[in-house]
Amino acid sequence: MYVKNIAAVLAFICFTAIVLVAVLGPVLTDLDPFRIVWMPITPPGQDGFLLGTDSLGRSIAVQILYGARASLAVGAAAAAITLVIGLLVGSLAGYYRGWIDEVLMRVTEFFQVLPPLLLSMVLVGLFSPTLQTVVFAIGVVSWTGVARLARAEFMKIRELEYVKAARSIGSKDARIIWLVILPNALPPLIVTAALTVGAAILFEAALSFLGLSDPNIVSWGKIIGDNRDYFLEAPWTVIFPGLAIFVTVLCINLIGDGLNDAFNPKLRER
Amino acid sequence: MQLLSIVVQRIGYAVALLIAVIIFNFILLSLVPGDIAETLAGEAGGGSPELMEQIRQSYGLDKPFHVQLFNYVIRVLQGDLGTSYYFNVPVTELILERVGPTLLLVTTALLIAIVLGTLLGVIAAQNPNGLFSHLVTILALVGFSAPVFWTAFMLIVLFVSILGILPLTGMVNPTTPSGTVYWYLEVAHHLILPSLSLASVYIAQYSRLARASMMDILGSDFIRTARAKGLSQRKVIYKHGLRNAVIPVITIAGLQFSYIFSGAVVIETVFNWPGLGTLALDAILRSDTPTIMGILFFSALVVIVFNLLTDMACRIADPRIRSSRNA
Amino acid sequence: MNVARTAPLLEVDNLQVEFSTRRGIARVLDGISLSLTAGETLGIVGESGCGKSMTALSIMGLVPQPPGRIAGGEIRLGGEELLGATELRMRQIRGNEISMIFQEPMTSLNPVYTVGDQIAETVVEHEGLSKREAMNRATEMLRAVKIPAAEQRVREYPHQLSGGMRQRVMIAMALACRPQVLIADEPTTALDVTVQAQVFDLLKDLQEVSKTTIILITHDMGAIAEMADHVAVMYAGRIIETGSVEEILKDPRHPYTKGLISCVPHLVREPPADRPVLLEIPGVVPPLTDLGRGCAFELRCAMRQARCRTEKPKSRETTPDHLCACWVVEEKASV
Repeated sequence: MYVKNIAAVLAFICFTAIVLVAVLGPVLTDLDPFRIVWMPITPPGQDGFLLGTDSLGRSIAVQILYGARASLAVGAAAAAITLVIGLLVGSLAGYYRGWIDEVLMRVTEFFQVLPPLLLSMVLVGLFSPTLQTVVFAIGVVSWTGVARLARAEFMKIRELEYVKAARSIGSKDARIIWLVILPNALPPLIVTAALTVGAAILFEAALSFLGLSDPNIVSWGKIIGDNRDYFLEAPWTVIFPGLAIFVTVLCINLIGDGLNDAFNPKLRER
Repeated sequence: MQLLSIVVQRIGYAVALLIAVIIFNFILLSLVPGDIAETLAGEAGGGSPELMEQIRQSYGLDKPFHVQLFNYVIRVLQGDLGTSYYFNVPVTELILERVGPTLLLVTTALLIAIVLGTLLGVIAAQNPNGLFSHLVTILALVGFSAPVFWTAFMLIVLFVSILGILPLTGMVNPTTPSGTVYWYLEVAHHLILPSLSLASVYIAQYSRLARASMMDILGSDFIRTARAKGLSQRKVIYKHGLRNAVIPVITIAGLQFSYIFSGAVVIETVFNWPGLGTLALDAILRSDTPTIMGILFFSALVVIVFNLLTDMACRIADPRIRSSRNA
Repeated sequence: MNVARTAPLLEVDNLQVEFSTRRGIARVLDGISLSLTAGETLGIVGESGCGKSMTALSIMGLVPQPPGRIAGGEIRLGGEELLGATELRMRQIRGNEISMIFQEPMTSLNPVYTVGDQIAETVVEHEGLSKREAMNRATEMLRAVKIPAAEQRVREYPHQLSGGMRQRVMIAMALACRPQVLIADEPTTALDVTVQAQVFDLLKDLQEVSKTTIILITHDMGAIAEMADHVAVMYAGRIIETGSVEEILKDPRHPYTKGLISCVPHLVREPPADRPVLLEIPGVVPPLTDLGRGCAFELRCAMRQARCRTEKPKSRETTPDHLCACWVVEEKASV
């Protein structure tokens, strides 16, 4: 159990480092990730290029550094939208039950039926491929999981003694939801929030890999997508950006796991 | 008898959902900036307002919204998904050409994920603090955190570049005569990497789930009874335990079909697999709206049908939920 | 504890079982000795945690090792040593020569197989019958345990049966291969009172027909009075008194046994004024990791002496077929 804790702590440190680099990197340096700086397809380590160059001669290292911002920012923003929608739908459905629950659940099932990536691809394709569209597209298709979880939590807590007590003394619904149920539903929701950010980052990576994101902004997935055809000759153009995504999401998942363990000590006793 | 009424209920519900999707499609379509008259006129090098009006009339775009909607729903329900702007063939035809490979990929990946995931989880559960269990946990974390297309590339590096035993792209060599044994073998050969890559994310999830589920089950009373009956450890685990442990895995897998479908889109792109995914991406990049909408509708249809089938399968497999309203 | 009777069918000899816990080694069984003759019913009584179930699991060879450990003693079935037997041999014995039924019928059956399948499984495993023959035997067994419409029930799933019926299924499953010994571990504790009586009647009837030897583990003295021929009283992993049921109920010697029996509430119109309606034994069972060298009951005993703290009492025969492990009792007897 301690090993898991260490992993979570290390993951947290690593993740903070990544965020710092993403935020400060472009501020402290002044490079253009799109600038052609050398011969195309230079292997890493050669000619002073730490991670090599891509098919157009741009530095992979610089692209990864600058791409961090977009990948993380889009991930966070999309996750925020997902969580807000999901929480809203789930909490209202779980608390009020009855016809509100029925209607909201039908809406949720409707969104669950449309394959998320496909739908977001369609949305980005139909409307202009800007960063905002991407954030919106990801947020709007990913909320169903959060909604279900929130609903289950609210339904469960609603039946507990202290909620019944609050209702019996005539507390208003909004008050009960915000001050009584939500704080108690927080632990699994926080864990879900962490995982949602990870999922959003992966989602953004997939969209930009497919070429469906803002063409003027570099992100990790885009690097891989741009160099797809040269993969066999220049595997480093794919390996390193992918590694960046992998490590970031791994850290987030480990943090989420760590939080889960922290909130559920009894489950870990076995 | 009750089972039959449940079946009818579910099918009715599925149809309603489908119609909702069609309506949604139509609304999306109407939000798209520009219309077909402009597109077609633009391609022809410009057109007079009268010409545009004529084109609009021929597409029924001059009619009021709800009439258009109604016509659209009827058309789709009859199987008419419009004509591709790019290929100039009915969208339905395009889709039917590409369905097979995608379904093949998705179902294979799903099966691999369920079987492999459950096995790994069950074996890990027998020795929760052992080396194997920790390895499975690490593998699960990796599979879950890596972008699926990156995993695909990594597997390609391993199996194509280094080992050279698996092919890189496509489904089959066009020169191989279709329908022959060689053709099937080739397809299978090409299927390995794509389906394995797609499955990786879910193997990760299911092994974790199966492990937890199995650990729970191993502590239950009926396992104790099975041991008290003198059954061997293998029978206890695989006959009594596994059957119960796999239930949550199958349930979750069934719910995730739309996600696996999404993943297939990406994987198809990586491996140039001739399925709906590559068709969808191309259509989007070419602004071939009818095709895009058609694929959206069709995938929703597949997901709905699949959910219906899994619901029925669950009721058959788990005797406890046969006649309940909600699975 | 060896009385001159006909050769015993099942013998437990100074069984010791330890468990590693976070607070140290717990002596769960501390020198248990039992003897059963064929066809009799032995009751084992004691409060929760005294080791009754562990004794049963030891006989079945189902003690989880780790964290448990058989630290000593012997168990013999018809002369054959069980503790050292191979796992293969033990599997042949379980369900076949010694069967066990448990306390929670609601969860003791596998929910995804029919009850017929589960009964048939035992028969197929041990007697090598075909699936068809095994299912016939299963239906037979369901009839034997008085489940109505057995042919239909055989194809039903556990969740379609009530608790009482599930326990009957468990009995049917346990007796399907006609074992020599049936261990019933608190078979009625989780059932309604009316159903309890039915289950005990059923067990008695079945025993008459098949002459099965039964070990009945319970904390219900009433059940003991009804069903058992001999009874062993356990406390904190030790047997502190054994004898025939009449003897023990009429003339309990050990202070704990006396306390147990007097705890049974009596339904009378006018309770005697000098006696409280509900009696209890003061204190609690000591933790099994902290048992000292003396008598385990010493701290709660009204009759304790200095010797009780320092020396563990040995089991002595007070009257024929009535053994008791208590220094005070021993002294009185020798007076």
